[in-house]
Amino acid sequence: MRNLRAGLPKKCRDHEGYGMKEFLSGNDAVAHAVKLCRTPLIAAYPITPQTSIYERLSGWEASGQLKGIMMRTESEHSAMASCIAASLTGVRTFTATSSQGLALMHEMLHFAAGCRTPIVMVNVNRIISAPWGFWADHLDSLSQRDTGWMQFYCENGQEALDTVIQAYKIAEQVYLPAMIATDAFFVSHFVEPVDVPDQEQVDAFLPPLDLPHRFDVDKPGFLMPVVTSEFYRHYKNAASTAMDSVQELAEQVDEEFRRKFGRGYGVVESLLTDDAEVVVVTEGSMTSTARVAIGDLRQEGIKVGLLKLRLFRPFPVRAVHKALCGKKKIAVIDRNCSVGGGGIFCQELKAALFHSKDHPGIYSYIAGVGGTDITPDVIRRIALKTLESSIPADAPEWIMNDEA
Amino acid sequence: MKHSIALENIRMGVPEPAQDYLSVGHAACPGCGLATGMKLVFQAMGPRTIAVIVPSCEGSIGGVYPITAYGVSTFHSAFEIAAPTAAGIANALKIQGKDDIQVVAFAGDGGTFDIGLQSLSGVAKNNDDIIYVCLDNEAYMNTGIQVSSATPSFAWTGTTPKGNPRRKKNIMEIMAAHYNPYSATASIGFPSDLLRKITKAKTIRGTKFIHMLTPCPTGWRTASDLSPELSILAVETNVFPLYEIENGRKYTINHRPRRLPVREYLSKQGRFKHLSEEQVRAIQAEVDEEWERLIRNAK
Repeated sequence: MRNLRAGLPKKCRDHEGYGMKEFLSGNDAVAHAVKLCRTPLIAAYPITPQTSIYERLSGWEASGQLKGIMMRTESEHSAMASCIAASLTGVRTFTATSSQGLALMHEMLHFAAGCRTPIVMVNVNRIISAPWGFWADHLDSLSQRDTGWMQFYCENGQEALDTVIQAYKIAEQVYLPAMIATDAFFVSHFVEPVDVPDQEQVDAFLPPLDLPHRFDVDKPGFLMPVVTSEFYRHYKNAASTAMDSVQELAEQVDEEFRRKFGRGYGVVESLLTDDAEVVVVTEGSMTSTARVAIGDLRQEGIKVGLLKLRLFRPFPVRAVHKALCGKKKIAVIDRNCSVGGGGIFCQELKAALFHSKDHPGIYSYIAGVGGTDITPDVIRRIALKTLESSIPADAPEWIMNDEA
Repeated sequence: MKHSIALENIRMGVPEPAQDYLSVGHAACPGCGLATGMKLVFQAMGPRTIAVIVPSCEGSIGGVYPITAYGVSTFHSAFEIAAPTAAGIANALKIQGKDDIQVVAFAGDGGTFDIGLQSLSGVAKNNDDIIYVCLDNEAYMNTGIQVSSATPSFAWTGTTPKGNPRRKKNIMEIMAAHYNPYSATASIGFPSDLLRKITKAKTIRGTKFIHMLTPCPTGWRTASDLSPELSILAVETNVFPLYEIENGRKYTINHRPRRLPVREYLSKQGRFKHLSEEQVRAIQAEVDEEWERLIRNAK
């Protein structure tokens, strides 16, 4: 990565000519966000391709630029355990992981949500073994969809930086943890110009915060006792109700962010969908490629639109209805495969659209699994194939490399 | 018999606690050594304490919401993470400038010797500022008596019906290998020594480890009034010597044992009733070997 950066200027001006941008990898952008949020307790463990987040934050801790404590735990499981405990004690916390590390955390992910701790975590999406590999694939975080965490999928480093800041603001209002997913290498290691906001701006948007102190030695209580069935039901129902409020809250926070920082993303983003005969649905870094592919198709007069899913948990049912009901066809691209169940984003979209009378035909494609390329040509073929088809198949269609 | 000596030891001057932080009505079995051990630890810790417990007998005896026996602020965390949970709290307290509050983690032998060993090692490596108390009843008692790596040689458990084929893990040596500032064994049969060790641990910054033998009448197949006596016999037979290790190097033996034969300790427990003469001799040899090593280290 250092070699790739050689020859690039450290900072540049953006197209409008105002504001300084830095050339940063997605991981560096995330680290900047954590520093800007003045997160005092970070607990982490190395795993490719997340490690440079941990290293960058460690460097700032050593130089004194990051105030607080860095816990260098012996596993991701313990990193999450420490974040939960520190969050309950009353401080803002952060961790980052990938793939096997996220899977190892699984037990504690449920625990974090059950304890209603507003932890923010970045998961760099990497294939989950076996066989081994390091490449972009969404199955690691999607496998955690039932743990009670919010999930955001980010297109690039800028969005990852901004989403970390937004996620704290959302999480700390609903007392639910938030996971920000970035694609291995395509986001984590790609170096792009990123606008790093001023500290004062971020302080104004997200003031340093004292979370409730759940351990009070003057008024001792017993946290996370054994409960009856009835109380457990009550806990789950309360968490579910809180999560149900997140779509609207995430939209509000994003709007406020847009006003203050000049950028926003929405919980979903619709592009050229008004007259589209097919809407391609994307998540994460493939969206940038899709923007190019769809632009090219439009130039040829082919009416293709784009819907980017950014928020995945809670699933933004209302926003999806608004964007897709009344459309003829959608082509959902899944960079994951739930073996026996197909593409997970497509499953969720089908469930979300099922009750609407005018829902589109839903065409499911599995592409980019294992970090394989989703080229503009792949997206073009998916769009054209969907245009030509008349009845959606039940099973997803795999886009294999050798067809490209 | 040695009962009179044992009872003398129990009456060693331990002051009545100002407040009982594990209150009457807790759900431990009659004669539970663990409950007595926790009470003594809380007595030395005092009210400015946050306790971490994990799924184990500690988790079960505290009561079902909204009733609890715990009188200090307590967090029931997950099984294998007593240490990093306590460390997370301790570090957050440091960030908040609350340096007069101490964090104590309790875990059983399963939560320490087995499933929690990795995370305990991680915390000891970082020297996070906690007191970790292993309440060792030598098997998975909360789930109904299954073998752990703290179960002694030949002992019966529900998963070793013919007796445990393996020797007990030496957890104190494992901790010493971390060069943490303080590790100590403690016994409810020697309450003054136990209180002193917790009080001493409070004055030391870093990871403090207390290994406490806590007899379990249910799992050891003993009468419910024998736990104090068995605790004393464990020490006096050298099955469980009382000692401290500072910075992984400085060993101090706190009590010169009477070196009673192990048979006196084993014969009182149903879990050893099937032992052959040869097995008793083998246990005696193990105990002698460990003691010689300890003597060498303490020189």
